[in-house]
Parts: sequence; structure tokens; C-alpha cells
Amino acid sequence: MSFGDFILNNLEQFWLLTGFANAQVGNFVMLAVGLFFIWLAIKKNFEPMLLVPIGFGILIGNIPFNTEAGLEIGIYEEGSVLNILYNGVAAGWYPPLIFLGIGAMTDFSALIANPKLMLIGAAAQFGIFGAYMVALAIGFAPDQAGAIAIIGGADGPTAIFLSSKLAPNLMGAIAVSAYSYMALVPVIQPPLMRLFTTKKERLIRMKPARAVSQNEKIIFPIVGMLLTCFVVPSGIPLLGMLFFGNLLRECGVTSRLAKTASNALTDIVTILLGMTVGASTQASQFLTPQTIFIFFLGFMAFIIASSSGVLFVKLFNLILPKDKKINPLIGNAGVSAVPMSARISNNLGLEYDPSNYLLMHAMGPNVAGVIGSAVAAGVLLGFLA
Amino acid sequence: MMLLAAPGADAASREAIRINEVMVVNDNSMVDEYGQRKAWIELFNANFAPIEISSIYITNDSTQPRKYPVPLGDVNTKMPKRQHVVFFADGEPNKGTFHTSFTLTPGQDNWIGIYDADGIKLIDQVLVPASLLPGQSYARTEDGAGEWTVRTGGENDYITPSSANIIKDTNHKIEEFATRDGNGFGMTVMAMCIVFSALLLLCLSFYAIGKIGGAVSKMNKFRAHGVDRREASEEIAVHDSGEEIAAISMALYEHLNAHDTENTILTINKVKRAYSPWSSKIYGLREVPAHRHTSR
Repeated sequence: MSFGDFILNNLEQFWLLTGFANAQVGNFVMLAVGLFFIWLAIKKNFEPMLLVPIGFGILIGNIPFNTEAGLEIGIYEEGSVLNILYNGVAAGWYPPLIFLGIGAMTDFSALIANPKLMLIGAAAQFGIFGAYMVALAIGFAPDQAGAIAIIGGADGPTAIFLSSKLAPNLMGAIAVSAYSYMALVPVIQPPLMRLFTTKKERLIRMKPARAVSQNEKIIFPIVGMLLTCFVVPSGIPLLGMLFFGNLLRECGVTSRLAKTASNALTDIVTILLGMTVGASTQASQFLTPQTIFIFFLGFMAFIIASSSGVLFVKLFNLILPKDKKINPLIGNAGVSAVPMSARISNNLGLEYDPSNYLLMHAMGPNVAGVIGSAVAAGVLLGFLA
Repeated sequence: MMLLAAPGADAASREAIRINEVMVVNDNSMVDEYGQRKAWIELFNANFAPIEISSIYITNDSTQPRKYPVPLGDVNTKMPKRQHVVFFADGEPNKGTFHTSFTLTPGQDNWIGIYDADGIKLIDQVLVPASLLPGQSYARTEDGAGEWTVRTGGENDYITPSSANIIKDTNHKIEEFATRDGNGFGMTVMAMCIVFSALLLLCLSFYAIGKIGGAVSKMNKFRAHGVDRREASEEIAVHDSGEEIAAISMALYEHLNAHDTENTILTINKVKRAYSPWSSKIYGLREVPAHRHTSR
């Protein structure tokens, strides 16, 4: 072999390793999806903290390469860097760390001051089980239906956690669907809230909640964890970490830990989680008819969840005294898209009465939704795992 | 301290080791690493975590519980969760870790026991009946649990050394949900009841805690001001009445008449403060602040 042939052979070998030589239509479709997510995040400001890592992850995961070359670079190739990072998703330990951060960030005062708002957070979980029924009707197996239905909880980490246990093959589509709809909460919820409420109901003013003592704030995560985990032990990873994070925040003696959990740790895990979830959506796994069904079911789940929260408040108002009525505009906040859905309640309330601030009232069902969706995930895991 | 505690944790979980299947006369079943068919004893880790079984004892004589100690230093003695390991009862322990120092006797009852590392605590035991024929095994109906039955190696009672006693090709739970609750209504009812119960429990607890906390903080407040519990309600009335304070002020004014002549119209108007952090504008920005580019 001449030197020229040697050079040509090597260049040819190298060409076969490049993305250009291995590209398929699916790769380009997924690259377009990734770019669309990045555009949504940067230009439309839709959940940028999530959609930028996921969008870029989709780009990373869909660079075509020769999988038979043994380069150990793909996310599904054991031992590759991406595979090591993906372990947090596959084994389900990123979501509890995110929940630790959520707990450390969340002020449960609104809920403690007005505990009946917890029931709105429970009612909104109808979205999960409504979608479960639709998923079964479409033809998904019960475990797959449960994993898809959790999208209705509007909680990305919970969706990833449950799908990693019940239907790992659908996890990429479920995660992307959950985060996409969370980003679209401002578009999905307001029409439903208007549809199911009268003008009179939208003007209901709620009494400012009482001040909550520090002791109550400290007792809440302890009692909350014990009660919910005794009822649903399968929810321990999520509920335990959520309440632990909240105790770090409220106990007053671990402010450094609370700060780390709510800032640095959450940021690190969000970056890794978003990027690896995005990278896991490889064209061969993602571009299937099932993905279309999953997106459809996710949409259904969000609609049912938001509607059931609003309708439950209307029902609840029938038994509440006149001076303790709840504005049904906070019902949508029963889904756990914190604080986006509470902000929507507030904005819609202000639209009809510029001095009716509903934000802090809506935060009650909103954080109850976080607890409710974690409990629902625990229930599904307990029944179907 | 944590490192020292680790072996203890291992020892505690050893209670989950089960004798799972036994064959006394092996004429058609698995061979050992030397290609020989010997009697075998299958153990099962019923735990959902790995268990280190080195230093436990396997014996066929309850008066000699320390007959065969499982040797230390073999990586294969770490049983993965819900997995099996087979020991050959050939009386040749020098052949390797999984060869016991005793044999099983055909035609008579064989008692087999496993003891913890102290040689005292019996973890599990089984009496293999004398009626067991060559090529038959004595096995639990399901891994780590259930009754013991004789397996002949037929299609429905297969012999399964080193694997599950019931070979499952589907998830039983999911199968049951699929057949009995095909539309998901049952799951919805059950799950929503559980979700509501959990949050209702939390709700009621915090009503109670709120009431108790309120009462305690009120009492603490009174105690700090040196007010007796019985006087407390009277004190509330005294402090709450702005009208009475205004009346006293008026009376003092009339009595002292200490001011210059001025317009003495006094208006008693209860001021209601509408502001609270709950309606603060800080939390109610209607629009997300947008970043604006300024051209120079």
C-alpha cells in the first residue's frame, strides 16, 4: 500500500465515522425539535431553565454516529460519559434530588394557614387517572398507561421518576411531553378557567390567611412526611426528599444546607437531568407513533387536571359558608407546575378585579399539587411495579 | 463508625436467606464445575438488596451447626437481590466455595439448616423427606415463600437449580389490572381515594396543629404580659375596644380642658387596613419584566 492509499483509506474510514455519513432523516427531524425547544425557551421565555438543557440535549443525543465503531459515546452505550450521567435518570435518583431543592425553595405557609386548600391539590390528580383511563382505551398496557398518565401531575421530576420504573422505554417521550406542557400551562389553562367559572365566581375575594408560626412551619414537613409516607411508602423517595428539603429551610439552623439544596444542587441536577433527558430522545426511540399518543395523552391529562381542580372548588363552595368561599380561579393551581399555575390564577383574577390578588391563595393548592402528584406516583408505583 | 456498622447491616439482612430447593440424588440435573452430578442445595436471597453470605453456616446436623462455614474472600458469595446460589453437597469442600463438607443421604430424611455467623441463630431449615426419588427435587412453590413440594421434573413441576421456582414471563400484577380493570375505573377510584385520604389526613392534622398552636401562642402572650388565664378574655375585650379608648380620651379632654381653643369635632372612625403581604403588589406583577435593548 502506497502512502497515498494509506492516507485515502484513513480519510475514508474517518468519513464513515462522521455524522454526515451516518445521518438519517430522523436525526434531522429531532435536531429540528431540539432547535424548536431552544427557540421557545430563548425567544418565548417558555420554561427556559428546562427547555434550554432539554433542547440542547436533543441536539447532543441526535448527532448521528457509527454505533458499531465502539466509540462509547452514545447515551445508551454502557460506560460512556453520557451513559454515566444518564444513570441519574435511568435509576431515578435525579428526581428526588430535585424534590429536595423544591422542598428547600417552597414556602408552605399558604397551605398551613388554610389546610382545606390541600383538597384542591388532591382533586387535580384526576388528570392523572383520567389520562390513565384514556391510555388504556387507546391500547397501552397498565404500566405504560400509568407512566404516561403521570404527565397530568404537571411535575417533570415525578414523571421521570415513575416512567423510569414503569416504562423506561417511553421515558424520553414522557419527560419531553411533561416539560412541554408545563411550559404551555399559560396557554392551556386560562381558557378552561374561563369556561368553567362565572364572572361572579371570578370576583370572589378570599380572606387573607392568618400568620403561620415558625413552629407550625417546622412541624409541617415532619408530620407531612410521616403521614403521607405511612399511607404511601412507595412515595418515600419523592415525598421524603421534598419534606426533608422543607425542614432544612424552616428549621432555622441549617440555612447553609437549605441554600445549597435550593440553589447549587438544584441547578446542577436540573442541568444534568434536562440535558440527559433531551439526549435520551434519540430518533430511533423517539420518532414512533407511540410518541404522538403520549403527547396527545399528556394534553388530555393537563386539560382534565386543570378542569377538575376548578370544578372541585365550585363543588366545594357549595358546602362552605358564605364568608369562606374559595375563588375557583385558584383551582387550576392544583396541578404542581409551581409557581406558573398559581401565577396564572393571580393574573386571571386581576383581569376581572384589579385589586384581587390571588397569588398567595393559589400557592396553597399549587404546593399541595406537588404533594398530591408525588402521592399519586407512589400509588401507581405500588400498584403497577 | 459507619464502616464499622456495615457488617452489622449485612448480618441483619441475612435473615432473608432462604433454602429454596434441594436435590438429594442428582442423576439428570445440573453438573458442578468439574462436570459431576452431585446433590445440591439452592439458597435464595428474598431481600431486595444484595446479601453477603460468607461466614454463614450450612449444615445437615442440628447438633453441629458450624459444619460448613461459607468461606470468606470469594466475590461470588455476594448474592444479588432476589437471586439464587447453588451449593453442591458432595463432602468435598476443597473443590471450592460452593462445595459443602457434608453429603445428603438418599433413602432417609435429610435435615438441612443455615445458621448466621454466630453459629447459634438459625436462619432457615428444611426437612427433606426420605421418599424423594432420584432425579426429584424438594422445592418451595415460589421463591423464598410458600409450601414445600416434590418436583418430578415434568412440564408443570420443573426443577430449577439456580433460577426462579416459578418462571414468570409476565408481570402478574399488570396482567391482573389488564384483565380485571381494563377501563381503569377501579384504579381511578382506588388511587383517588388514597390521594384524597393522604391529603385529608394532612389537612385535618394541620387544622388541629393550627388550633393548638394558636391557643399555645395566645397563652404565651398572656403569660409574657403577666395576665392570668381567667382574666384573658376580659383583657381581649379591653384591648380590642377602640371606642372605649376614644371615650376616655374625650372625658380627659373635657376634664382637663388643657388645650387652646380649637375646632373640637372628634370623629371616631375605625380604620381598616386593606394592605397585607397577601395582596402585595410585589407578588402580583401582572407582566413578566421584559429585557429591553436600548439603542445608543
